[in-house]
Amino acid sequence: MEAIRVNNITKSYENINALSNVSFSINQTEIFGLIGPDGAGKTTLIRILTSLILPDEGNAYILNLDLKKDYKQIRKIIGYMPQRFSLYMDLSVEENLQFYAEIFGVSIKDNYYLIEPIYKQIEPYKERKAGKLSGGMKQKLALSCALIHRPKFLLLDEPTTGVDAISRIEFWEMLKNYQNEGITILVSTPYMDEALQCNRLAFIKEGKILTVASPSEILNNYPFNIYDIKNENTYQTIEYFKKIIPDAIINRFGQSLHCSTQLSFDEIIQATDINNILIEKIEPTIEDCFLWISQQQ
Amino acid sequence: MDIATTIEPQKYAIYARKLVKKFGNFIADDNLNFEVHPGEIFGLLGANGAGKTTAIKMMTGLLKPTSGILKVNGYDIYSESEIIRKSIGYMSQKFSLYEELTIYENIRFFGGIYGLNLKSIKSRAEWAEHTFSLSGFMDKRVSNLPLGWKQKVAFVVASIHNPAIIFLDEPTGGVDPSVRRNFWDNIYQASINGTTIIVTTHYMDEAEYCQRICIMDQGIIKAIGKPNELKNKFLVNTMNELFIKIVRN
Amino acid sequence: MKQLIAFIKKEFFHIFRDWRTLIVIFAIPAIQLIVFGYAISNDLNNISIGILDKSNDEFSKKIVSKMTFSNFFKIGHILQSEKEIEKLFKSGKVKEVVIIQQNFSKSIIKNGIASIQIIADASEPNTANLAINYTSALINNFVQDISKTTAIVPPYSIEVKMLYNPTLQSSWMFIPGIIALILTLISVMLTSVSIVKEKEYGSMELLLVTPLKSLTIIIGKVVPYFILSIINISFIFLLGHIFFALPVQGSLFTLYMLSTMYIILALSIGIFISVNVANQQVAMLISLVALMLPTILLSGFIFPIENMPKWLQLFSIIMPPRYFIEGLRGIMLKGNGFQELWINFLVIMFMTFIFIILSIKRFKSRLI
Repeated sequence: MEAIRVNNITKSYENINALSNVSFSINQTEIFGLIGPDGAGKTTLIRILTSLILPDEGNAYILNLDLKKDYKQIRKIIGYMPQRFSLYMDLSVEENLQFYAEIFGVSIKDNYYLIEPIYKQIEPYKERKAGKLSGGMKQKLALSCALIHRPKFLLLDEPTTGVDAISRIEFWEMLKNYQNEGITILVSTPYMDEALQCNRLAFIKEGKILTVASPSEILNNYPFNIYDIKNENTYQTIEYFKKIIPDAIINRFGQSLHCSTQLSFDEIIQATDINNILIEKIEPTIEDCFLWISQQQ
Repeated sequence: MDIATTIEPQKYAIYARKLVKKFGNFIADDNLNFEVHPGEIFGLLGANGAGKTTAIKMMTGLLKPTSGILKVNGYDIYSESEIIRKSIGYMSQKFSLYEELTIYENIRFFGGIYGLNLKSIKSRAEWAEHTFSLSGFMDKRVSNLPLGWKQKVAFVVASIHNPAIIFLDEPTGGVDPSVRRNFWDNIYQASINGTTIIVTTHYMDEAEYCQRICIMDQGIIKAIGKPNELKNKFLVNTMNELFIKIVRN
Repeated sequence: MKQLIAFIKKEFFHIFRDWRTLIVIFAIPAIQLIVFGYAISNDLNNISIGILDKSNDEFSKKIVSKMTFSNFFKIGHILQSEKEIEKLFKSGKVKEVVIIQQNFSKSIIKNGIASIQIIADASEPNTANLAINYTSALINNFVQDISKTTAIVPPYSIEVKMLYNPTLQSSWMFIPGIIALILTLISVMLTSVSIVKEKEYGSMELLLVTPLKSLTIIIGKVVPYFILSIINISFIFLLGHIFFALPVQGSLFTLYMLSTMYIILALSIGIFISVNVANQQVAMLISLVALMLPTILLSGFIFPIENMPKWLQLFSIIMPPRYFIEGLRGIMLKGNGFQELWINFLVIMFMTFIFIILSIKRFKSRLI
């Protein structure tokens, strides 16, 4: 069932198109990912859906509420975690949570079960000022505050930026719990590897939605064979393969390179005549797909 | 301990033995032993508070170690930190560029800080324009540039005085995958020309680009080696899994 | 209502945790009172003067002795001729020279008229003005004396009478100004900064996506600073009373009525600033430039409005503190009540109304 419907949203600041003609929909209790680099328009889109910014054109419907007309009701049912830590640094962990509970007219006890898995981890530090928390703990507190009124729609703007790898994994595990609680989640991230955690995702670049699909659809629709090529000198190897397979897409992936082409494994082995090279047929990663899709545009 | 390496620490870009840094009772870095070869791309990985930043601050001469040996470009960190500072470049994640100045003005300013004369600043600016394909953009203000460009300029500025080592503090988090690849091409180019690159990051996909990595947790070096070797050793497929396996145990 | 209480509670946390600001809020009035009250006092004390007594007779000696024994003057130099005057002034030894004509007593007795020349160093106009006033008063006093003891009726008398502040204590004049200054500081600057801070740190973004009403946010911001201002103003009244015996001739009720209304005006100006700017520095700068300076310079706090050029006088009409300072002086020194000050009350109310309307119009429930 459709929970959120976005219709042709356009927004520009001083002649720069932050978003152009963005449309998609999010299903009930889905984790919907907004994947794209910095400056792609993720924050603008999320702010529009929280009713913080009015779009220049287009509109959106959040659980059947009109974004422009019913923004007061919308603000009661959404939870929002901005990209920047926006809680009060001079208030303690508990005071922050208490404050957000009170302005939503609930008590911490009412929805404690919901935040318990995260809040329990920071509860030992509840007397500590929020400004003195570590990055991972700040993130947990911000999420607790965004959930304390049990929102129906949760919007998270780059919640894992600046957070270490382990906290990131724990974070995604928690999001799945909230999904099971019946909360619809929109989450943005600049990290391609997190895309796999979403039910569906939208690739966004330069204010345009490149594609909307599930991760497996995106991976399965990758139209090329893809080979992982390792060699001592990656730089020369790139130049070499650009020469022998001119229409291939070649991208550096760490110490190896990914070569996407229509050629079969045997054909590529045959075409290659340098030593000390390790060629392996692999499945595409989500980053391969993003690179390809953004080149298409 | 390996005697051969203690005799010739000058051979290394970085040479650390039994390096310790304490803040009061808190041990930020405990008994670090590692070395970085000239021209190598070396990654320092770890969560917040793992001790990466303290290690970097010691290598750049901003913090004095509590005990242990630390040599940077063969110079002793205790007595020769002034010389060390002239032979290193530093690029922070916040790109400490002057937004109101143009690319060229930034280059001129930072060149001046390192005592370059106008002639060598001009030749470095030409080098930057050529190597980083900045032509036509030298007179653009930094504030008007996209993120990937700022990153490039920050790298140029960090290497303006031709340092032997460049430290990159979480350099590419959050930028466009294709822009990121261009940036790493530049880094590889610098490394081929002999510059040592030391990268700190807590993003594991970034670590894949390093020739050797060092995983830190709670002030201790947990693992050190080539990315693929470490992955094979710990029987994992990705850097993320490697990191989690090492740090969670 | 519960939301409002939660909000106000949070504001008080901010205020009390930032104890440095809190100390400043209460220390500034004390320091300013002392500075204005003692250090840069405008009162005349031991002003050094020179005397050129060309007749050296009975009456002239009387005048000289009157000046010698007044607290205002001390005789810094006895001149022998007019030639010395310029040198004396240039050396800065005296601020005023009094020249008594030849045959002073004779001239008075014979003609009933005599002349005394007063020359003052007007490079400090305030001092010069006051010195001349005092001198005239002393001479006048002398004229009255001789008319009592002799049959001579002086042809004229200079009448200078210091009303309301008979001992000319400048602290009495300054305290109402300081009160206005402090209120402007706390109410305007702190409110505007505290709202703008939320914008700058991004917490406003979170507040806006909650069901909190704009009005709740504004009232929640205003109430703590209102309470703080009332406490602070009482503190200043108390300090003024203890250290300078500052009187309140009118009723305390009117005094607090006027103060409360001015506080509300100041708060609404603070809100008006905060809804229009995006960062703390700008908010602070506007509060300072647009309010503190006019409070000090254009509202009659230090420089009398009557002495200003016409265009500045016109400008001071729109200066909110002007009406407050005028009202305070009226209540405290003259014992004025509503009958005399209704214009001040009305203007303050009108200005408050304007700023509130403008703020509500500008307050956005969205970011852009």
